[in-house]
Amino acid sequence: MKHLIYILVTGLLLAACDSQEVTPDIPEELRLAATLQNTTHKIALYTPNGRFQAGYNAVTFKITDPDGKPVENAAVTWHPLMHMHSMSHGAPASAVSTTRNGLYQGYLVFQMASNDSEYWELTLKYAAGGRNYIVTEKIEVAEAAKRVVQSFQGTDGNRYITALAEPVSPKTGINTMKAVLYRMDNMMTFTPVRGFKLKIDPRMPGMGNHSSPNNTDLVSGETGFYEGKLSLTMTGYWKINLQLEAPEGTILKGEEVSESREASSIFFEIEF
Amino acid sequence: MIRYLIFFLLPVSVWAQKDSLAPVSLSEVVVISQKSPLHKTAKTLGSVDDYLAGTGPVNMIRRGNYAWEPLINGMSSERGLVTVDGMRIYGACTDKMDPVTSYVEITNLAKATVHSGQSGSSGGAAIAGSIDLSRRKTGFGTKETGGMVFAGYETNNRQKMGGFSLYHSREKFFADADVTFRDAENYKAGGRQEIAFSPFTKYNVSLISGWKMKAHSELEASLIYDKALHVGYPALPMDVGRAEALIGSAEYIRHHLSESVNLWKTKFYHNTVTHIMDDSRRPDVPVRMDMPGQTRTTGFYSLLEGGSSAHSWKMNFSGHHNYSLAEMTMFSNTPGEKDMFMLTWPGIRTRYLDLYREDTFLLGEQTSATFNLGLATHLNQVGNHLGLESLKIFYPDMTKSRLRVLKRASSSFQYRPGLWTLNFGLAYGERAPGVSEGYGFYLFNSFDRFDYIGNPNLENEKSIEGNLAATWKKKRFSARVSGAYFHLRDYIIGRPDGTLSTMTIGASGVKIYEQLPYAGILNTGLETQYRFSPQWRWHGRLSYQRGTGKNVGNLPLMQPLTYTSGLTFSTGKYTAEMVLNGATRQTHFSPNFGETPSSAYQVLNVSGTARLRSFLFKAGVENLTDMYYSTYTDWNRIPRMGRNVFFNIIRSF
Repeated sequence: MKHLIYILVTGLLLAACDSQEVTPDIPEELRLAATLQNTTHKIALYTPNGRFQAGYNAVTFKITDPDGKPVENAAVTWHPLMHMHSMSHGAPASAVSTTRNGLYQGYLVFQMASNDSEYWELTLKYAAGGRNYIVTEKIEVAEAAKRVVQSFQGTDGNRYITALAEPVSPKTGINTMKAVLYRMDNMMTFTPVRGFKLKIDPRMPGMGNHSSPNNTDLVSGETGFYEGKLSLTMTGYWKINLQLEAPEGTILKGEEVSESREASSIFFEIEF
Repeated sequence: MIRYLIFFLLPVSVWAQKDSLAPVSLSEVVVISQKSPLHKTAKTLGSVDDYLAGTGPVNMIRRGNYAWEPLINGMSSERGLVTVDGMRIYGACTDKMDPVTSYVEITNLAKATVHSGQSGSSGGAAIAGSIDLSRRKTGFGTKETGGMVFAGYETNNRQKMGGFSLYHSREKFFADADVTFRDAENYKAGGRQEIAFSPFTKYNVSLISGWKMKAHSELEASLIYDKALHVGYPALPMDVGRAEALIGSAEYIRHHLSESVNLWKTKFYHNTVTHIMDDSRRPDVPVRMDMPGQTRTTGFYSLLEGGSSAHSWKMNFSGHHNYSLAEMTMFSNTPGEKDMFMLTWPGIRTRYLDLYREDTFLLGEQTSATFNLGLATHLNQVGNHLGLESLKIFYPDMTKSRLRVLKRASSSFQYRPGLWTLNFGLAYGERAPGVSEGYGFYLFNSFDRFDYIGNPNLENEKSIEGNLAATWKKKRFSARVSGAYFHLRDYIIGRPDGTLSTMTIGASGVKIYEQLPYAGILNTGLETQYRFSPQWRWHGRLSYQRGTGKNVGNLPLMQPLTYTSGLTFSTGKYTAEMVLNGATRQTHFSPNFGETPSSAYQVLNVSGTARLRSFLFKAGVENLTDMYYSTYTDWNRIPRMGRNVFFNIIRSF
C-alpha cells in the first residue's frame, strides 16, 4: 500500500514537471490573437483581448515545433510592416524578452489599423539550435475604440509616436499611467526616446471640460515606459490632453488646455 | 375631546421656567402644547416647518415650499442635532433637501423641545443646540376610543390636506394612529408670480402603541412611514422624485425603580431614509443626472432619571450606527458615451457612543444650578472601496477610518429675586465634521455655485459658549431679554481652491472644507407679552444675530433685526389673531457664500378660530398685502409665498 502511494505521488510529480516542460502555460487572462507558421514552427501570439489593435499591444507568444515541443530561449526579433497603397512603413516594436516559463514577451505599437487594401505584415526572425529561421505573415490590426496612439511631428522637426500602455482597466481614483515614446528616424527605424516628459491634463469634454487634481506627468523610468499618475474622478469619457516636453523644457508638441482652447492637438482617450 | 381643545388657550411658546421648587429646566423648551401643537399654531394644519420657524433660537432655511432646514442659533444643521423621540436619523440628501424634521407631521407631533447650545445635550454632541420632536401619544387611562378627522385647503398653491387620527386607551394598553396627506401645486409669490417647480405631495403614517406589563413597567413600539413625491425645489437645480423614511422603535419604560431613581427608559431603533433626486421636470439642464441617496441608522439609548427634592439628575447612555451613501450618475449629451458615475457620499459609516450626565441642584429658594457632562466616541469609516479610491485623489495618504473623542460640559445658574429670573450659563462643546464636510465629493452648492469637496483631515470644531437671560414677569406683563455668544474654534467652512477644476457645469469653482482659527456668533432676543384684559393679549419679539469668521468676514445665513408683533383676542369659543412679521435689511451678508443683501420686509397675517361643539374651524390670510419678498433664510433669495387664504377644519370624536 505504502509503495503504491509513493508511486502515485512520484508519478504525479513527474507528470507535473513534464507538462511544464512540454507546454508552457499561457496566462489565463490572455487570448490568442494570431498564429504564424513556417515549415518548421508554429508561433502563437496572445494579447489581453485576443486581437491586435491600433496603438500599444502587449504580446506574449510561444514557439512550438511540429511535435508541439516549445522552442525556448531563442533569440527573437520582430518587425511589423504596413503595406499602404504608395508606400510601406514599419512600427515601433520592443525588444523581445523570454519569460521564466519558456514564453516570449514584448510589445508592438501600430500607428493605424489595417483595412481592405492596406495591411500589416509581421516578420519574426529567430535563432534556435544553431539555425536561423524566419516567418512572415499578414495580421489583422483592428481599429481601437478610442484614440490610444499619436503620431506627430515635433517642433524640432522629428516625428514621434506615443502610445498609451496603461491603465488597461481604468478605475475611479488614482491610476498608474504608462505610455511609450518613440522617435521615427526613417520609415523603418524607430528609436525609444528617454528623458522627455509627457505632460497630461485629463478632461471630460462632456462635463464642461472638468479636470482632476493630483495628476503626475509621465517621465521615463527604468522600465522604458513613461510613467505617471492619472486621477479620474468618475467613470465616463476622458480626454487625456498631452504635451511633449523635451529635456531642456521646450514643448515639442501639444498645447495647454485653457478657457479658449478646449483640447490639445495630441491626446489619448479613455472611456470606462 | 375637550382635552385637545383646552390647550388652544395656552400661549404659543413658553420659556420653561417652572414656578414651583420642582427641578428646573434651564434650557429653552418650546412647548407648543401638552397634547398636540395642532391647535396651538396660527395655522392649525401648517407644516412642522411653519411651527418651528422662529421659535426660540430656531430659523428655517427655505429651498422651496417643503422640507426646510432648521438652523439653531444661526448655525447650519451639521452643528445642531435633530431627533425624533430621541432617535437619531440622518437625512439622505447631499443637498439637505430632507432634514429630519421633514419626516414628521404636525398632526402627530406633541411638542418640540429646543435646547440652545450645550444645555440639555443628552442626545449627543452638537454645538448649536438640539431639537427633539416628541410625537403625541394618548397614554394609559380609562377605556376610551376617539379621534379626529381633519381637512384643509390653501388657495395660494392649492394645497389640499386631509387625514385622521385615532386613539384607543385602556388601563394597560394604548394605541395611536395618524394618517396625513398633503398635495400642493406651484405657489405664487407676491404679485401672483408663479414659482415654477414648487409643488409637493406627502403621505405620513404614524403609529404608537403601549402595553403596561405590570405596575410601573411598560413596553412601547412605534413606527413612522413618510413618503414625499415630486417635491419641487425652486431654489435648487433639481427636484426630488421620492423621499421616503421608515422609522421604527421599541422601548421599555420603567417608573419608580427605587426611591431615588424614578425613570428608566431604554429604546432600540432603526430607520432607513431613501432620497431620489430628479431633474426630469426641468426643461433645461446641462446634463441629466440621477442622484439617489440612502441612509440607514440603528441605535439605542438608555436613560435614567432620578433625584431628591434638592437634587435631580439624568444619565443617558446612547449609541448609533449610520451608513450614508449617495451616488450620482450623469448621462452624457453625446449619444453612445458611457454614463458618468461617482459617489458623492462614499458609503460613510458612523459609529457613535455617548455617555451623558446632568445634575440640577436647588441651592435655596431662589437659586438653582445645572451641570452637565458628556463624553462621546465618534468613528468614521469610508465603507465603500470606490469611494475611498475617489477621495484618495485629493488625499492620497488618507486612511479608511478616523476615531474622535468628543467632550462637552456646561453649567448654568438661575437666580430668581422677586419678579426677576436671571439665567447665566457657560459651556464647552465639540462636534465631529458631518458626512459632507468630511467626505463629500463634488457636492454642488447652488447658493455660492461652488462644488464642495470634503476633508477627512478636519479637526473637531469646538465651541465656547456663554449665555445670559433676564426675565421680568408680573401678572399682565412679562419681558425676557436674552443673549448667547458662541466662540467657535476650528470653525468648519468651505474655502475656494483656485487650482481645482469644477465638476458641475456652470459652477464658479471648487471649495474644500477647511477650518478657520475662530468664528463668533452672537444671538440676542427680546420677548414681551402684555395681557390687556382676559381677552386681549399682545406679544412682541425682536431678535438679531451677528456672525463673523476670522479671514472670511460675515458668516452666511445670519438673521438681521427681525421682529414679530401679534395681537390676540380670545374668548372660550372664538379666537382672532393678527401678527406682523418683519425684518430690516441685511447688510452683514456673506458674498463669499453667494449672498446678496436681503431687503427689509413686513408681512401681515390674520387668522380666526371658532370651536363649535366637536368642530374646530380655522381660517386666515397669510401675507395679507401680497408682498413680494424674500428673507435672509431663503436659499438663492427665492421669493416667499404671496397672499394665501387657508381653511382648516377638524372634527373630533
